[in-house]
Amino acid sequence: MSASDDPAYFRMHREAGDLRAPADASHGDHEHGPYTPVFTPGSARRKELDDVLSRYPTKMAALLPALWMVQHERGWVSDDGMAEVAQVLELTPAYVKGVVTFYTMYHQHPVGRHFIQVCTTSPCNVCGADNVVESFLKHTGCQELGQTSADGKYTVIEVECLGACGFATPIMINEDFVESVTPERVPEILSELE
Amino acid sequence: MGYPHTPHERETVLLSKYFGDPEARTLDGWKKRGGYAALKQALGTPPGDIVNVVKASGLRGRGGAGFPTGVKWSFMKLDDGKPHYLCCNADESEPGTFKDREIMRWTPHALVEGCAIGSYAIGAETCYIYIRGEFTEPTLRVEKALEECYAAGILGKNAMGSGKTINIYVHRGAGAYICGEETALMNSIEGRRGNPRIKPPFPAVSGVFKSPTTINNVETLAAVPHILTNGADWYKQWMRPDNPKSTGTKLFSVCGNIQKPGNYEVAMGFPFKDFLYDLCGGPLPGRKFKAIIPGGISVPIQTVEEADASFMDYEGFVAQGTMLGSGGVIVIDDAQNLVKQIARAARFFAHESCAQCTQCREGTAWTTRILERIVAGEGTPEDLDTLLDIGENMTGKTICVLSDSCATPVSSGIKKFRADFEALIKKKKVHLVPAVA
Repeated sequence: MSASDDPAYFRMHREAGDLRAPADASHGDHEHGPYTPVFTPGSARRKELDDVLSRYPTKMAALLPALWMVQHERGWVSDDGMAEVAQVLELTPAYVKGVVTFYTMYHQHPVGRHFIQVCTTSPCNVCGADNVVESFLKHTGCQELGQTSADGKYTVIEVECLGACGFATPIMINEDFVESVTPERVPEILSELE
Repeated sequence: MGYPHTPHERETVLLSKYFGDPEARTLDGWKKRGGYAALKQALGTPPGDIVNVVKASGLRGRGGAGFPTGVKWSFMKLDDGKPHYLCCNADESEPGTFKDREIMRWTPHALVEGCAIGSYAIGAETCYIYIRGEFTEPTLRVEKALEECYAAGILGKNAMGSGKTINIYVHRGAGAYICGEETALMNSIEGRRGNPRIKPPFPAVSGVFKSPTTINNVETLAAVPHILTNGADWYKQWMRPDNPKSTGTKLFSVCGNIQKPGNYEVAMGFPFKDFLYDLCGGPLPGRKFKAIIPGGISVPIQTVEEADASFMDYEGFVAQGTMLGSGGVIVIDDAQNLVKQIARAARFFAHESCAQCTQCREGTAWTTRILERIVAGEGTPEDLDTLLDIGENMTGKTICVLSDSCATPVSSGIKKFRADFEALIKKKKVHLVPAVA
């Protein structure tokens, strides 16, 4: 079967050559409620950040670690979160945003409780990764890649090479790896998530 | 493949010896296996002597470029009065490669020891291990190993009682293939966007925090303790007699359409045909190999004939029209649409381009669009020449080699498997040809 006969191919790349950023990379999201700072003086995260700062000769170098801390606390990195990090590290919010938008793992808007990333780069693709994506979309009720399911439980995206090619298809659910995923295993994997 | 992994009798297990052995992850377990003896020995040796041993061993960078490690270390001037840095590149993101991941998962202390020796040899008090953000388990393993080492006085202000300061920290990436490029990696450590820098200045002159810096791959550093313990000549026992330029053992990650994917460690110069059929079990039942990419997706695609004639070392792969690269072997069989896979590879590069250089930003996107149009059955006969032309304009003209890496599988694919492309183009439906402005 050639790829042109393969419906999964068009589901994923709805328009041949479509290189627009996926929906999960949209910009400009604000917190819905008031923002609670992460690095309040005396807090555990503040201490953690101080420890990180001691490892580098510049404050700016703690930017990636600080953004990870915000994401771990809040689930995503909002504009308010970026502003807080900027203030703590003596950077401008625009600079911080420039960095956040470069790296794909910082969520710039809220995502589902279970953020599922399926590797579909060539080595996994030849082992049928497209079918794994299809299966996840079907069983999570996510309409399309990058969208969150109506119950807020799942977001499914395609990810570029997870670096576990010998265990095709690897997926990441939040911070956990699951290896050798087949379309048939998807319901079982989802049933184990709360 | 699962762990514990029983090595094939023709493998040469040096770095992968303890893959699958959970006890080797702990400091006590690692010491029982001879760990940290090399570091102890190193700290009592002048740094210049260590550099010379590594130089003499012929160890070359295992991340892709294959630069001689000892020579790289010798660029660091010990008496310049500036702070020095060692950066360990654990951003393993080259599609097809997953060897550093296993080193960090199973033998984190091997890496920590290598980093400590490397830091001492180049006069660095600080080493950053830059681990890609997706590698959550490897990060935890390395962090645990570091914690144990600090508690045991192996690292810190008075490393192993030597009076030397050696600090090693993990710096977690956040999802960017390009940060595996050494200058982008340094920018990322500094808290910047991961845009590669123009060289010169080279990192040994002005690297991370504008200080002299050396960047080494995980596998390279993990091999250093073995070389110090056993000597340069011992390491050189593994090479082809007629090719002294590639020495030691190399981890190869094998994936794609093959019986036994996984990591294999072989001596440099191992016959690739035996590797594919004997160690990895050959093609899946009823299928045949169609194309092999032996060094991660950035290297030229090989035909089966070229692969069968290759020897697995830096020069052996070059002689057969490709490169050793990172040692990520991707096997594609005759059930696959090769053009679709090349299009997928191009999409990968288009996604990962940092967009600094025009040739790369535009070239990766154009290449992807054209290839996906061909895959969709809407290709035109001129497309292949256009792709080759774009590829030529993407090669050797940019700050880093991501652009070249995108052009390589496409151009080599068209040259070696042109019939596959033409078959798709001939099937095109004429009325669907899009208007070209």
